Amino acid sequence: MPAYYLEALTITLGIILLVAEAFVPTKSKAWLGLAGSAGLLIVLGLLPISAAASSGNQDWPIWNFYQFDSMAVFFKGFALITTILVLLMSVDYRAILSRFTEEPQSENNTGEYYSLPIFACAGMMWLASAKDLAGAFVALELVTITFYILVAYMRRNLGSLEAGVKYLILGALSTGFLVYGIAWIYGALGTLNFEQMSDLLRQQAEMQASGPNTPLLFGVALVLIGLTFKIGAAPMQLWIPDVYQGAPSPTTAFLSVGSKAAGFVLLMRFLDTILLHAPTMPILGVLMILTIATLIYGNLGAIAQSNFKRLLGYSSIAHAGFLLLALSAYNWPADVDSRLNSHEVVSFYLVTYLVMTLGAFFILAQVRIQRGGEEISDFDGLGKTNPRLAMAMTVLLASMAGVPLTAGFVGKFLAFSVAVDAGLWAAISVALIGAAAGFYYYFKVIRAMWWNEAEGAPAIKVPFISSICISLLTGATLLFGFWPQPILWLVGH
Amino acid sequence: MLALIVFLPLIAFIAILLGAPARKTAIYSAGANLVLGIYAAVMRDCSCLDFSVQVLSKPEINLAFSTDGMSMVLVLLSVIVTLAAVLSGKAPAGRETLYYGSSLLISAGALGAFATTDLFFFYAFHELALIPTFLMIGILGRGERKAIAWKITIYLGLGSIILLVGLVWLANLAGTMHIPSMVENLSGENALDSGTQKSIAALLIVGFGTLVSLFPFHSWAAPAYASAPAPVAMLHAGVLKKFGLYGLLRIAVPMVPEGMQVWLTPVLVLLLANILWVGYVTVSQRRLDLLGNSSVMHMGYIFLAIAALVAFPENTLAKPAAILLMFAHGISIALLFGLADSIERKTGTLDLEELGGLAKAAPKLAFLFGIAGMASIGLPGLANFAGEVLVFLSAFQGYDPTQGLGSVQIACIISIWGVVISAVYMLRAYRNIFQGPAIPRTESAEDLTFMDRIPAVLLTVVLFAVGLYPNLLLNLLR
Repeated sequence: MPAYYLEALTITLGIILLVAEAFVPTKSKAWLGLAGSAGLLIVLGLLPISAAASSGNQDWPIWNFYQFDSMAVFFKGFALITTILVLLMSVDYRAILSRFTEEPQSENNTGEYYSLPIFACAGMMWLASAKDLAGAFVALELVTITFYILVAYMRRNLGSLEAGVKYLILGALSTGFLVYGIAWIYGALGTLNFEQMSDLLRQQAEMQASGPNTPLLFGVALVLIGLTFKIGAAPMQLWIPDVYQGAPSPTTAFLSVGSKAAGFVLLMRFLDTILLHAPTMPILGVLMILTIATLIYGNLGAIAQSNFKRLLGYSSIAHAGFLLLALSAYNWPADVDSRLNSHEVVSFYLVTYLVMTLGAFFILAQVRIQRGGEEISDFDGLGKTNPRLAMAMTVLLASMAGVPLTAGFVGKFLAFSVAVDAGLWAAISVALIGAAAGFYYYFKVIRAMWWNEAEGAPAIKVPFISSICISLLTGATLLFGFWPQPILWLVGH
Repeated sequence: MLALIVFLPLIAFIAILLGAPARKTAIYSAGANLVLGIYAAVMRDCSCLDFSVQVLSKPEINLAFSTDGMSMVLVLLSVIVTLAAVLSGKAPAGRETLYYGSSLLISAGALGAFATTDLFFFYAFHELALIPTFLMIGILGRGERKAIAWKITIYLGLGSIILLVGLVWLANLAGTMHIPSMVENLSGENALDSGTQKSIAALLIVGFGTLVSLFPFHSWAAPAYASAPAPVAMLHAGVLKKFGLYGLLRIAVPMVPEGMQVWLTPVLVLLLANILWVGYVTVSQRRLDLLGNSSVMHMGYIFLAIAALVAFPENTLAKPAAILLMFAHGISIALLFGLADSIERKTGTLDLEELGGLAKAAPKLAFLFGIAGMASIGLPGLANFAGEVLVFLSAFQGYDPTQGLGSVQIACIISIWGVVISAVYMLRAYRNIFQGPAIPRTESAEDLTFMDRIPAVLLTVVLFAVGLYPNLLLNLLR
């Protein structure tokens, strides 16, 4: 089966659900979410049997802007799994959704919330396969525009609306940077295709063209700025805390995992294009400065937070910093036979990030629904009222902080390892301080759960789907801490 | 077999989480582990002990356990102290799961760190043991428990992260994470250049040093032990803290010998500060909490043995001396913390001024505490004496009278004053608590019950056995 059927199927699924929602009058819309995740599960099942090009359609023009390498497979799977989990989370979150849409008593206005993530998923999947900047841009916009709606979905909630406006304005700004940068690159090189760009750069390097190619560098810088918006890194990280806090929790989870991964896959393809044959380009230095700024902003900003969702926002910036740390070690280590290279480390880290972050959001969503708030103090005494839930949350938070024998530690370990190889000492020392600060702010939540007393706070009843997902994600966090090999299989070894 | 020793506490921990009776499960598993540990020590050369499973192929990480004499001694220390800790602890009502579960988790972490041969798990297991330590102090600690738990989280977290960079750097340069192969790859012709050695050694000394409470990174230790519930204080001061020293001996000294030599003089100054500065601080303390600082102080002697090994690499005594003293100190400090907990439970205070004459009401407690105190001072016949004497002797190995005293010898001579310091505070504490006329607070105190005595006697017997016949352990090191 040609690989691009996957995207086609995903889009079809989204459209079918949208239509079905309009024509099947049911009281509860939960079935839409379940049907959506079931459909995506089928697409996920088709992923391994898809092929780059079957013999018959090798020359089909679509292959000029669509590729299917191991990185594409990995990120398609990543997008699908994220979306499935987000849809399941939405199903259990629908009480809050309906409260803040028109007709608060019914779920009538919540149906689209289950099909929009599927479109975003299709965008992410296409992005993973993009072969040129134009295709990548279109895919990225599909993701971003869907997110504009998803963020502001709770239309009767001021926080959600505020988040929507902020995301829209800053998102439009970053899109502007991206498009403008792409235009400059096109002007400098005359092509948008990654392979052709890379060839041109090689020829220029061979001819030892005099001086740096300033228009190209300018374009690259603009594209980098545009992409930092997607991955949530400096200098375009300012939107994250507000938008994360205001958006519905499943959207926030989707933003912090799916959108970030989409940004990273494009960033990696872009860096490969630019740096493969022109390694002297002064990009990695810039990237390291961005890394340092991101780590400082994310980790130090998180320390003062008292709202857990906002804290997760800063934490997502901090994780972007650690991912960038690995990415700044581009082309390292030298000995790739026995070690993971910087791209593989990024992919590896993203998997660990997925399991622990989505797990935390599942728990946060239930706390929000049943205790009415998202403050850290809403977790008070959870260790007494719900010991198992608190235990799961402790594992997930410990993993985010990078405590050994959890998945998060393996990711951080590998990121540090590749950065040490590349000798990025300035960034490493900042990352160290960041990791230590992480112990502080993640443990604030653990402390609230175990050390503080619950004052009449109710025990939380975890719905069936959430409890399955939380157990799975927590189990995976622990399992990958002991036995990370499965992630390596996913990454493609 | 070693894998079983490491995983048995974890399995028991999970069983407790799932609802098994906490105290019984903890005691049975710790008892079984003691038997297994002794069996492993007897069978130490058998390859049947080893265990290895690949958990990541690129970079290669193996969950591998194997021991040599050094790690075997520490495994023995861990299983002995674990049993004593779970036996002597009294969980507050309703908190049994947390109390015994955490103790087992600390034990598993320490055992794993000592028994593994893989750098990744060496680090990971130790960190695993720190988490329950924080939680126990934060939830069940005494006094300013939350502030203290924060303090040690930050100190030890930062220390371990600095350590992690050093370890990762070494692993990258060695191209493997199998510790014996790392030593091989980084010695002889492949030894690292001196600049790199110097930087890595600095990271390792600060990292491991913080974990062992090397001056000036020691200020977390005394409040933490004062606040911690008894089993945590016993396990952390007795066992887990030895991880840093073990790491210096296992990683730093063989892999970056030149780098360690660069830092020899600063380390000597710091370890003297441990012995003298912290020693005098201990003398001025008026609560039995001084045990925490006393344990910080005694780390100085073990550092001295390591320094002797660094200064004179052919030193045959330094390594056995360090290991023996680590073992002896671990047993004696665990005994002291366990008995101090009994004193507090029976009299309600640890303030030396408010105690007195306890020996009348509780002669058995007084007797055992006396032995533990004497061991800690270094009375001949008890294990600590053997260790300390070996340390002092090792400092003079390689001493050449024609060259005059080297820095290690000078440090050794100064450090002997520490023996006097520890005699002062320990004997004074003993006198204040147990001697003199009985006061109302101590008159009606109960003596140790039979169940209380089991762990204390277990540790005391070990102190005597190793003190009278140190070859029991030294044979393992050959």
